[in-house]
Order: sequence, then C-alpha cells, then structure tokens
Amino acid sequence: MQATQHAGHAGHDDDSHSHGPTGLMRWITTTNHKDIGTMYLWFSFVMFLVGGAMSLVIRAELLSPGLQYVSPEFYNQMLTLHALIMVFGAIMPAFVGFANWMIPLMIGAPDMAFARMNNWSFWLLPPAAILLTSSIFVPGGAAGTGWTLYPPLSIQMGMGMDMAIFAVHILGMSSIMGSINIITTILNMRAPGMTLMKMPMFCWTWLVTAFLLIASMPILAGAVTMLLTDRHFGTSFFNAAGGGDPVLFQHIFWFFGHPEVYIIALPAFGVVSHVIPAFSRKHLFGYTSMVYAIAAIGLISFFVWAHHMYVTGIPLTGQLYFMYATMLIAIPTGVKVFNWVTTMWRGSLSFETPMLFALGFLVLFTIGGLTGLVLAMTAVDIQLQDTYYVVAHFHYVMVAGALFSAYAGLYFWLPKWTGHMYNEGLGKLHFWLSMIFFNIAFFPQHFLGLAGMPRRIPDYAQQFADFNQISTIGSFGFGISQLLVLVVVFKAIKGGAKAEARPWDGARGLEWTVPSPAPHHTFEDPPAFDPAEAHA
Amino acid sequence: MSHPAAANRYFVPAPSHWPLVGSLALLLLASGAVLTMNSIANGGFVLMGGFAVLAVMLFGWFGRVIGEAESGSYNLQVDRSFRWAMAWFIFSEVMFFAAFFGALFYVRVLSVPDLASADQALLWDGFKNQWPSAGPAVKDPFTPMHAWGIPAINTLLLLSSGVTVTWAHWGLIANKRQQLIIGLALTILLGLVFISLQAYEYGEAYSHLNLKMTTGVYGSTFYMLTGFHGFHVTLGATMLIVILLRTVKGHFTAERHFAFEAVAWYWHFVDVVWLGLFVVVYWL
Ligand code: HEM
Ligand SMILES: [Cu+2]
Repeated sequence: MQATQHAGHAGHDDDSHSHGPTGLMRWITTTNHKDIGTMYLWFSFVMFLVGGAMSLVIRAELLSPGLQYVSPEFYNQMLTLHALIMVFGAIMPAFVGFANWMIPLMIGAPDMAFARMNNWSFWLLPPAAILLTSSIFVPGGAAGTGWTLYPPLSIQMGMGMDMAIFAVHILGMSSIMGSINIITTILNMRAPGMTLMKMPMFCWTWLVTAFLLIASMPILAGAVTMLLTDRHFGTSFFNAAGGGDPVLFQHIFWFFGHPEVYIIALPAFGVVSHVIPAFSRKHLFGYTSMVYAIAAIGLISFFVWAHHMYVTGIPLTGQLYFMYATMLIAIPTGVKVFNWVTTMWRGSLSFETPMLFALGFLVLFTIGGLTGLVLAMTAVDIQLQDTYYVVAHFHYVMVAGALFSAYAGLYFWLPKWTGHMYNEGLGKLHFWLSMIFFNIAFFPQHFLGLAGMPRRIPDYAQQFADFNQISTIGSFGFGISQLLVLVVVFKAIKGGAKAEARPWDGARGLEWTVPSPAPHHTFEDPPAFDPAEAHA
Repeated sequence: MSHPAAANRYFVPAPSHWPLVGSLALLLLASGAVLTMNSIANGGFVLMGGFAVLAVMLFGWFGRVIGEAESGSYNLQVDRSFRWAMAWFIFSEVMFFAAFFGALFYVRVLSVPDLASADQALLWDGFKNQWPSAGPAVKDPFTPMHAWGIPAINTLLLLSSGVTVTWAHWGLIANKRQQLIIGLALTILLGLVFISLQAYEYGEAYSHLNLKMTTGVYGSTFYMLTGFHGFHVTLGATMLIVILLRTVKGHFTAERHFAFEAVAWYWHFVDVVWLGLFVVVYWL
C-alpha cells in the first residue's frame, strides 16, 4: 500500500538524526519547519493572552458608564495595543505557524524552501513584540491612536508611537520573508505529480495570502515611514499647511489594510476547507471554483480600500465605485460558503471538536460577512462608521472567523503534532463556551452600534449601559474559557490515546501518510503523489 | 522505492545562530533610532551598536551562504528557489516605492489642487494650484530641481550601467572572465559616480536652492523618493562589489551564477525606478 510505504519510508529517519544543538539553543538556531511552526504557534498563543488581557481592561472599563478604572489616555493605549497585538502578534503568526508545520507535509517537501530565513522570520517577532509592549512604560505611553495610526494624532503622540512604527517595520520584514518562503515552497517544492490544481486547499489559500502580504506589507512600511519623517524630519506628507493631506495616510493605510483582512481570512478559509470535507467524509465540493474564488477575493481586495473612508469627503462617484466594488467581493465569498455547505450535503457527518469549530466559523463568519455588506452601503455606513456596529462586524470575522478556524486547525492537527489524541470532552467544552460567550460578548454590540454608541470611547451615555454590561460579562467568560486550550494542549503533549497516522478517517492528504507524531524529518526524498490523497 | 542519490536532495541548512543575531541587530537599531529621534542620551551608541551587529550578521550569514554555494550544496531545484525568491523580493521593493509614488501622485493631482480650490479660500486665501508647491503655509522661497542638468546625466549613467552589467553577463556566459570583470568594474564605477552626483545635488539643493525636507510636499516627496532610491543604488553597488570580489576569487561558472543574476536583476530594478523618478519627480 502506498500510504504505509510512505509512512515507513518517512519514519526511517528517527529523531537521533537531528544532531543540532539541544535545549534552548535548539529552538534559537533551528532550521526545522516543524520546530519553527511550533514556535510560531506558542508565540501566537502568548500574544493572544496578552492582547486578550488588554481587551479585558477595555471591557472592564466599559462595564458601566463613567470612568472607573483607567484614564482615557490609557484606555486608548490598551485599545491600540490590543488590536496591533491581536492582528500582527496573534492571528497572523498562528496561521504562519500552521503554514510552517503543514505546507511541507501537505506537498511532500523536506522543509521550507529557505529554512534558515524561516527561522529569522520567526525570531523577528519577539523584538517587535518587545517594542510594542514595552512602549506602555515610556514617557507619554504607548501609541493611543487605534491600530489605524491616523495622523494628525499619530504625529502628535510621544515616543511610544515611534516604537510602534519600528515594530510595524520589523513585523513587515518578518511577513515578507515568511511569504517569500511560503510562495517559493509551494511553487517549487511540490511532490512530482502534484499539479497546482491538485494541491490541498490550504496551500492555495496561503499562495494567494503570501502574494497579498508581499504586495501590501511594503505599502504599510511606506505609510509608517512617512509618518516617521513627518514626526521627526519636518516633511509634510500628512500636513495640509505644507500641501499634504491627512487623508492621504488613510488611502495608503487602507490600501494595505483591506488586503490585510483577507490575509487573515484566507488561511482561515483554507483550514476550514480541510476540516469540513474530513468530517463530512466527502471531497471538497467545487474545488476549482474554490480556487478561482480565492484568487478573485485576493485580487478584488486591492480595489475596495476606500469603503473605510466614506465619510472623509471622497467624491460621490468614488463612494459609488467603492460601494459596488466591495459588494462584488460577496460573490466569491458566497461561492465559498455555498461550497462548504454543499460539501456537507448528504455527507456522513460527525461532530468532533475541529468540525464544531469549523461550523461555528461557518455560521458566525457568514454573519460577519453579512454585516460587512451592510457596512459596504455608503448611505448606511455614514450612520454606522466608527460605531460599535463596526466593532461587532470585525470581531465576527476576526474572532469567530479567523480565531475559530485556527482552533479548528489546532484540534485537527494536534494529533499529528503530538502523537496523542486530545481530550474530546474538554475540546467540546471549549467550543461551546467559546461559542456562547462570544455571542454574548459581541452580538449586543450590533445593537449598541445601531443605537449610535461610538467606538474607541471609554465612557458612554446611560442608555447604552445594559448591553455593555452583557458584553463585558460575555468577554470575561470568553477570555477565561480560552485558558482551556492550555489544558487541552498540555494534556495532549503529556499523553492521551495514541494517535494513528490518520486519526480522522475522512482526512485526505500526504500529511496523513506520515506517522503521528510526525518525525523530525519527513519527505527528504520527494514522495510519489497518490491521487487517492488528492483533495480535488 | 527508488531513492534519488542523497547528494541530490534539497539542501536544508544546519541550525544557525545568525537569525537571532539579525534580530538582535534590528532590536538595537530600532531602539537606537527611537532614542536618537527623541533626543535621549546614548541613543547614538545603541544605533551604532545595532549597525555593528548587523554588519557582523551580514558577513557571517552571507559568508556561510557563499561557502555553501561554492561547495556545491545547492542543486538545481534550490537554484530555482533562489530565483523565485529574488523575483518576489524585487516585487516587494516595487510596492514599497509604489507607496511613495502614490503619495506624489496624490499631492499633485488631489491635495494641492484641492487646497487651492474655492472650498479652501477661507483658510488658504491666495494659494495657487501649481507644481512644484510647498503648500499654502510654507512661505520660504525655494528653487525646484531642474531635470536637464545632473538628473539627466544621472539617467545616462544608470542606463549605461544597465548595458555594462549585461555585457558582463555575456562575458560570464561565454566564459570570458576578462570581459566579466571589466563589465562589473564599469558598472560599479558608473554607480558610484551616480551616487556622488546625487550627493552633490543634495548639497546644492540645501545650500543654494533652499530646497529641503521641510520644503512642503515638494521637498518631502523629492527627498523621500530620491533618498530611498539613492539608498537602493548604494545597496546595489555594494552587492556588485561583492560579486566583483567573488569573481576575482574565481567564483561563478557559465552555468551556475545565481548571485550574479540576482544582483543584475536588482540593478535593473533600481534603474527602472530611476526612470520613473526622472519623469515624475524631475521632469514633469
Ligand atoms: C477575547 C476576545 C476579544 C475581545 C473581548 C475584544 C474586545 C475588543 C474591544 C472592547 C475593542 C474596543 C472597541 C472600541 O472601543 O473601538 C476591540 C478592538 C479591536 N479588536 Fe478586539 N477583542 C477580542 C479579540 C480580538 C481579536 C482576536 C482580534 C483580531 C484578530 C481583535 C481585533 C481588534 C481590532 C482590530 C480592534 C480595533 C481597535 C481600534 O479601534 O483601533 N480583537 N476589541
Ligand atoms: Cu476593508
């Protein structure tokens, strides 16, 4: 049998083969995609807890009207760091971690194309995290502009702003190097016979994501560089007195910022496109249309940026164009949702934790997508811009979308990584607590937004008190439930039922042909591609 | 199952500490820059320390890579990886410049005309829509940079350097090492003259034309675009020098010379950016 042959073959290379440094130095110097993937995932989880703690500071302050725990300045700093850390420190590295671990296994490559640079991509993250978090303690505190860093406020901030700017530069370098690595690995290192259109969907989503990163991160770097020179070298890019314009920053920022949301969403789509077929025991429905939908989303995402700027005074024709262009994205996204649902149609479904999170993703991401369509309508957005409706919208896509999908991936692949099954009961508990508390935390924010409560404000009018209280209770419940992940992961590392090479009977792909836990080195010689493992 | 010769496996480098050294360098550089820009004592030292560590890292890491290349560790598949990577890297650089070209486009087509429109007359009465412009509030008179002096010469220099580097490549492919070395040396020379002229131009701008970073959007876009371009030329010239030294040491063959080609691509990229600059910054 092909599969066992592969397994035996990949397994011939036991761990004693890795003769590198041990202890801490192993992790610092490693050039192994699995080690690096593991580091990305742990880093991301630590950042998730840090960013989560900050969000709880925000929510505690919002428990009741009036100012109780923190000053407005500190509130703004928490808000900004929460978002920057969650986006750049938690969600993005989580999916890069998955990419590192799984892409070489999925395409039958011995490692990433540039294993040493891969290590650098990871080790650039801690310096950036140090700059961001330590900026709280410098004179003037951290950047308090919101993660969008809009001038003129960002030009007036203290040195914490400079630290944020350099952190963004370093994170950008990390992302660009990581993306070049991923793109090259996918294009150049697939097992013989695995054509692009037979490639696992997760690889497709990362191929497009890596392109988006390479195209958009340099734009962000340019934007913050101009901020820096406006702050310290007397340039006037964002200063009307010198002929510039603060709105210019918004254009450049969102030219990066909108692709960025798909940088977060596409790999999440990829994970779900593996989990749903596996637990439906069917092939992914409409593979080809999925690929085209991903490509279309990636492409269109560069042409919709000003839907974040309807109230900046852009001309009416601009508003109309950006409204229709934005709505256009709903079509490929709809194709994807349709395909996921159709994959389940008449499938032999079972509901282990990965599937639960994938379904949670499917339902809640779709809600977030629909509120996105609401916000795309210029006339409506003029009312809703910068209200809690927007906060609800993007938490549905980023938390219930990207984060839930990351959890689906975590539970799906944990057996492959640790060699043990996780505790299904705890996993399910984690899902249901997350699902319930997430909705308690964020659903009421739709009502708050519709009623006119502005975002980025530590205080609010009496009439918003009830929904805010509910939201805060939900947030704390959600936050505390996330600690369960630690328990589940530690238990799976320590022991638990032994995982087979293919712990999920419906799962396809080369990654399931190697033993669990995956040996340190896999596919040093390219495997023959077995059509039975193809996703299409 | 057939095992391809182990020697032909894809090269996966051994564990390395250079990435960590690189990260340390960037942490020092960033902290040093933050301290310096906010006039806090000793920032300069931290910054210099960062540069020093960075230099050590670059020497160590690239030295390692060159050693691996020369010992034949890289098979053709690895070579293809390098090509993809360099191409995507250059694409990312294109996008970096796109941000600044975009800013220039925006101020020329949107913000300056808008500040001069009737809507803004209350705030900025009498401000005229023209380019170059330093904006409505910067009253210090300045002279814009002329296209047909040094910049035109610089255009010729860079274009000829594109020719010489291609000529060097032909030499490499035809195994004419002499031609390769002369071609590279000429390219470097042209690059260095370009950089010197650019430095001279900056000196002129500051001392005679009163054209500074603080000269409104014209000064901002002028220095940002030409500055980053000049920085990239300097990088490119440095890389060319490394290639020249390696050539003299006998590196590269007619078949295998990815490093040469990568630097040549980079050089052409810098060249094309300059053409864009010449047209929209200096000329039009
Ligand atoms: C424990 C879960 C989370 C909670 C309770 C939470 C809570 C909050 C709160 C209260 C705000 C402030 C809203 C405002 O005043 O405008 C906020 C902002 C934000 N959050 Fe979260 N959040 C969570 C997770 C995440 C995750 C996982 C991400 C990203 C992937 C994220 C991204 C953002 C962003 C981008 C902002 C906007 C900040 C700004 O206005 O600049 N959040 N969050
Ligand atoms: Cu957007």
